[in-house]
Amino acid sequence: MTVTTVAQAPGQDAGLASRRPVIAVEGLSLTFDTADGPVYALSNVDLTVEEGEFVSFIGPSGCGKTTLLRVLADLESATSGSARVNGVSPEEARLGRQYGYVFQAPALYPWRTVEKNVTLPLEIMGYPASERRERAKRNLELVNLTGFEGKYPWQLSGGMQQRASIARALSFDPKLLFMDEPFGALDEIVRDKLNDQLLALWRKTGKTVLFVTHSIPEAVYLSTRIVVMSPRPGRIIDTIDCNLPAHRTLDMRETPEFLAIAQRVRDGLRAGHSYDD
Amino acid sequence: MTTEALALPRSRAGGRIAAGIAQSKAVAVLAIVALIVLAWYAAVYPMNADLPSMPKEVPFAERFAAAYALDRPVLPAPHQVIAELWKTTVETRATSPRSLLFHGWVTLSSTLVGFALGSLLGIVLAIGIVSVKPLEKSLLPWIIASQTIPILAVAPIVIVVLGSIGLTGLVPKAIISMYLCFFPVTIGMVKGFTSPDTMQLDLMRTYSASGLQTFAKLRWPASVPFLFASLKVAVAISLVGAIVGELPTGAQAGLGARLLSGSYYGQTVQIWSALFASSILASGLVLAVALIERVTMRLMGARP
Repeated sequence: MTVTTVAQAPGQDAGLASRRPVIAVEGLSLTFDTADGPVYALSNVDLTVEEGEFVSFIGPSGCGKTTLLRVLADLESATSGSARVNGVSPEEARLGRQYGYVFQAPALYPWRTVEKNVTLPLEIMGYPASERRERAKRNLELVNLTGFEGKYPWQLSGGMQQRASIARALSFDPKLLFMDEPFGALDEIVRDKLNDQLLALWRKTGKTVLFVTHSIPEAVYLSTRIVVMSPRPGRIIDTIDCNLPAHRTLDMRETPEFLAIAQRVRDGLRAGHSYDD
Repeated sequence: MTTEALALPRSRAGGRIAAGIAQSKAVAVLAIVALIVLAWYAAVYPMNADLPSMPKEVPFAERFAAAYALDRPVLPAPHQVIAELWKTTVETRATSPRSLLFHGWVTLSSTLVGFALGSLLGIVLAIGIVSVKPLEKSLLPWIIASQTIPILAVAPIVIVVLGSIGLTGLVPKAIISMYLCFFPVTIGMVKGFTSPDTMQLDLMRTYSASGLQTFAKLRWPASVPFLFASLKVAVAISLVGAIVGELPTGAQAGLGARLLSGSYYGQTVQIWSALFASSILASGLVLAVALIERVTMRLMGARP
C-alpha cells in the first residue's frame, strides 16, 4: 500500500516562534561499570529537540545512540548532566506516559491478538473497553493493518509486526515517539515502504520523533535534523539540518540536495571513526 | 503490504507425509511393546523354574507350561496379569474391596487433592520467590532440602502426627502428595515468571505499569508453557506420593495397600496388576494434563 495524501502537520508551518523544546539535554554522560572496567557510553551530550521535529541519530554500533534514547525514556539513568523531557525529568515523563517507545524488535506479546497487543497500554492506563476498541481500530488503520485485528503475531510478517508495534506505541496518543532502529531487521524493500508510511504518519499526527538508525539514506529521507554520533565515548560530532521539502518521495534520493546531505553525514561518521582510532 | 505471511492451509501432500510419519511412529511403538512382552515371556520360565510349587518328574513340556500358570510365581506371565486386571476391574463390583477400581479411586482421590494443593503451593512459593528478592536466597535452599529427604522416611511421620490429631484417610496421603509435587511446580514457575525478555519488560516500564499489572499481563501468561511442563511431572509424582502414603497405613485401601498386601501374602500377580493399574493411572493423568495444555495453548494463540 502507498500513502499519497500529504497533509501538512500542525507543527510544520506553525513557525519557529511557537515551538518549545520537547527534549533538552545538557552535559549528559553515562558510564557503565562492567567487570572489564568502566564503559563510557555517553560523554557530554548536548541536544535540544523542538516540537514537531523528526530527529535521527546515526552512528556506528556502540556509539550510544540507543543509550541516549533509553536515558530519555528513563530505561537507563545518566551518570551526570541533565535531561528534560517536556520540561520534566525523564522519570516524571515516563510516569506521566508522555512518550511511546518502539523497540528494535516488535516485542508483541505472542498470546495476544494484534488488536489486544495494541490495546495493552490502554488496559494498563485504565481506558474503558469501548474506547480501547475504538483506538485500536483507528491506530491499526493508521498503520494499514485493518482486517488483521484477530490475527496472532506469528501470523504476520516481520514488517507487519513492526507496524503493529508502532500502532501500539501510538494508541495512547503520546506527543513524543522514541523509535530505536525499528526497521533495522527488515529487508530494504519493506524498509522503503515503511519509511514512506512513517513519513506520512508523522505528517498526519505532527508528533515529535526521535529515531535511531544506522542507515544513511533512511536518516536523510525521514529527518528534519540528523545527529551524527561517534563511539567510545559516545558523543555528538555533527548536527545536520535536513531541509528537504516536506513532501518527500523515494526518487528524491537521487537529487543533488539529498546526496549532499548524505555525503555530509558520511563525512561526519568517517571523522568520528578516525578520532576513535 | 505483504499478506503472504498468513498461515497457508496444510497441503494434501503435507497431510500424506504426516500420516506416513504417524504410521511409522505407530510401527515403532508396537515393535518396542512386542519386544518387551517377548523378553518378559522369555524370563518367566527361568525365574520360576526352581520354585517348590513347580511340578516335578514330569516331561519338560509340562514343566514349561506350568511355569506360566503358577498361583504364586516369582514372575507372573503377562497374560496372568491381564487376566487378574480383567477379573478385578470388570468382573468385580466397583464398590467391593476386591475391585481394583475401588482401590484405584481411593488412590486417585488423594492424588488429585494432593496435586491441586501442591500445584497451588508451588505457584504461591514461586510468586513469593520472584517478587520478594531475599526469598530466593533464604527460601530456595529449604525447598531444595525438603526434596532431599526420602519420602519413605517422612510418610510414616506425617501419617502418625496427623493421625494423632484425628486426621486419617485421604488428608494425610494428600499432604504427602503435595509435599512431593509442589517442588517441580515451584522450580518451573520461577523459571516461567522470569522468562519474559528485557524488551517485553521494558515495554511495561515505558507504560509505567505497576508490579501487579506486569505480573498479570506479562509474567503470568508468559509462564503458562512452563506451568504445564511442571504439572505433567507433578501429577505423576503426586500419584507416587499417594501410593507411598498408603504403605504405612496398614494396608486398608488404595493401590499402595494392594501392593503391600500382595507382598505380605506372596501374591505376585496381585502386585503386578496393582503396578500396572498405577502406571495406567499415571499415564492417564499425564495425558489429561497434556490435553488441557493443548486446549489452553490453542486459546492463547499458539501456533497449531
